[in-house]
Amino acid sequence: MFHHIGEILILFWRTLEKLPVAWRQRRKVIDQLFEIGNASLLMVCLLSLFIGGVLALQTGPVLVQRGISSVLGGMIGLSVCKELAPVMMAILIAGRIGSAMSAEIGTMQVYEEIDALKTMDIDPVEYLVLPRMIAIAVALPTLVVFSIPVGWFGGALVCDFNQKIGVSFWSYFENLREVVELSDVANGLFKSFIFALIIGIVSCHQGLVTRGGPRGIGRSVTKAVVNSIVLILILDYFLTRFLLYVQK
Amino acid sequence: MKDDGSHPESVKVEVRELHKSFRMLHVLKGVSFTVNPGELFVLMGPSGSGKSVLLKHIAGLLRPDSGEILIEDQPLGNPEVEKRCRRAMVFQSAALLTSLTVGENVGLYLSEHQLKPPAEIATIVAQKLDVVGLKGIEDRWPGDLSGGMQKRVAVARALVVEPQLVLFDEPTSELDPVMAVAIGEEILKLKMRNHATIIVVTHDRDLAFAIADRIAMIDEGRILFIGSPEEIKRSSNPQIQKFLRAELNTLKQH
Repeated sequence: MFHHIGEILILFWRTLEKLPVAWRQRRKVIDQLFEIGNASLLMVCLLSLFIGGVLALQTGPVLVQRGISSVLGGMIGLSVCKELAPVMMAILIAGRIGSAMSAEIGTMQVYEEIDALKTMDIDPVEYLVLPRMIAIAVALPTLVVFSIPVGWFGGALVCDFNQKIGVSFWSYFENLREVVELSDVANGLFKSFIFALIIGIVSCHQGLVTRGGPRGIGRSVTKAVVNSIVLILILDYFLTRFLLYVQK
Repeated sequence: MKDDGSHPESVKVEVRELHKSFRMLHVLKGVSFTVNPGELFVLMGPSGSGKSVLLKHIAGLLRPDSGEILIEDQPLGNPEVEKRCRRAMVFQSAALLTSLTVGENVGLYLSEHQLKPPAEIATIVAQKLDVVGLKGIEDRWPGDLSGGMQKRVAVARALVVEPQLVLFDEPTSELDPVMAVAIGEEILKLKMRNHATIIVVTHDRDLAFAIADRIAMIDEGRILFIGSPEEIKRSSNPQIQKFLRAELNTLKQH
């Protein structure tokens, strides 16, 4: 495990070193951005709508019972922007895009395409990893920007239309506006940026270390997704601790 | 011309006491040989004998456990060698990038290193594809081509580098006899045209005897014999004779 962590850190460092020549890879970055953004936006919006909705559905009746339904907007607002949107979108992107990245690079590894690049003095880190890292680091926070308001809206819909809750749109968003600050949204975007780097580097690393044909590719894809999700959830705790400490 | 009479673009390759193991498997057991500038050198041997591993060492894709490879008397990996010696490798699987068109594959070296403007790259790509008899297929995808065509595209991609050293890994495997002859001709033309030093790894005896200046017979990670095609045919080494005489039609006699 430590061997893999070391390899991932080295790969991350080598990718950072290539940042000054990122402009040369702009076409690939745009292609990847389109791949990630276009392929995931509808799914992100749909998922966010239901995340906000289910949060309202679970907590609304309990808060109504205790007579504190007026805080629903703020509670859902904070939960969505600081926690649920960045984490759930990161998990979605790990599944959709991380798997595709590791499968594509893994296939290139198994079928000697990466060796072919090396014999042409083309650095696989610059050619394959860098564009994907930049694209995912831009795309995931952008998707979270869409996810947050849609999640809020999903919560508002349930609060307004569910008879057991009965909190109006107006009072829901009034409370949300009082409680949620711009820094909370920035907090969520920062987390999603870090998660994007994790998904990108873990998936690319898994692709590059793929061995052994189609079965190896399958194993790499599984590892890329599982390891990304595990790291996201563990790091989420420490990032939250760090951000709470910074906000004090 | 160099002092030894070879073309100035040709390079000498020297492999000295190369050892390589993968975990418990000792694949190369002290391999040594020299390929002269401009020579077409064939490494021949049965499957699993370590030929491709050896070629990947010369391509710089693998590092030996011990021993060294010298190009023009300089160790491989030396930045000066990397800068001065243009190498190209044609892989067994052709290894074309499936996400790029044929034209983009052939011009990849030039476009990625920004050596020429796009219009000039397009002209060079068309020329190189013409050389391998595949004119006008720039916009097709590698997946749409036959195995033989993919290998010829890989040769065109190697030609773009204007290589001084070209490495071929099993160039005729999975090809029908007609296509194998065509690939053999391409290799000979490459030698004539570019004066490049060429190392071919194969277990195809017909190809080896048809194109080689010298052949090295390798088995179980050791060089058994190095000599001209005629010398290797006359060798009394039983392992070489077994490899050379193995015929499928002898099965009928049993």
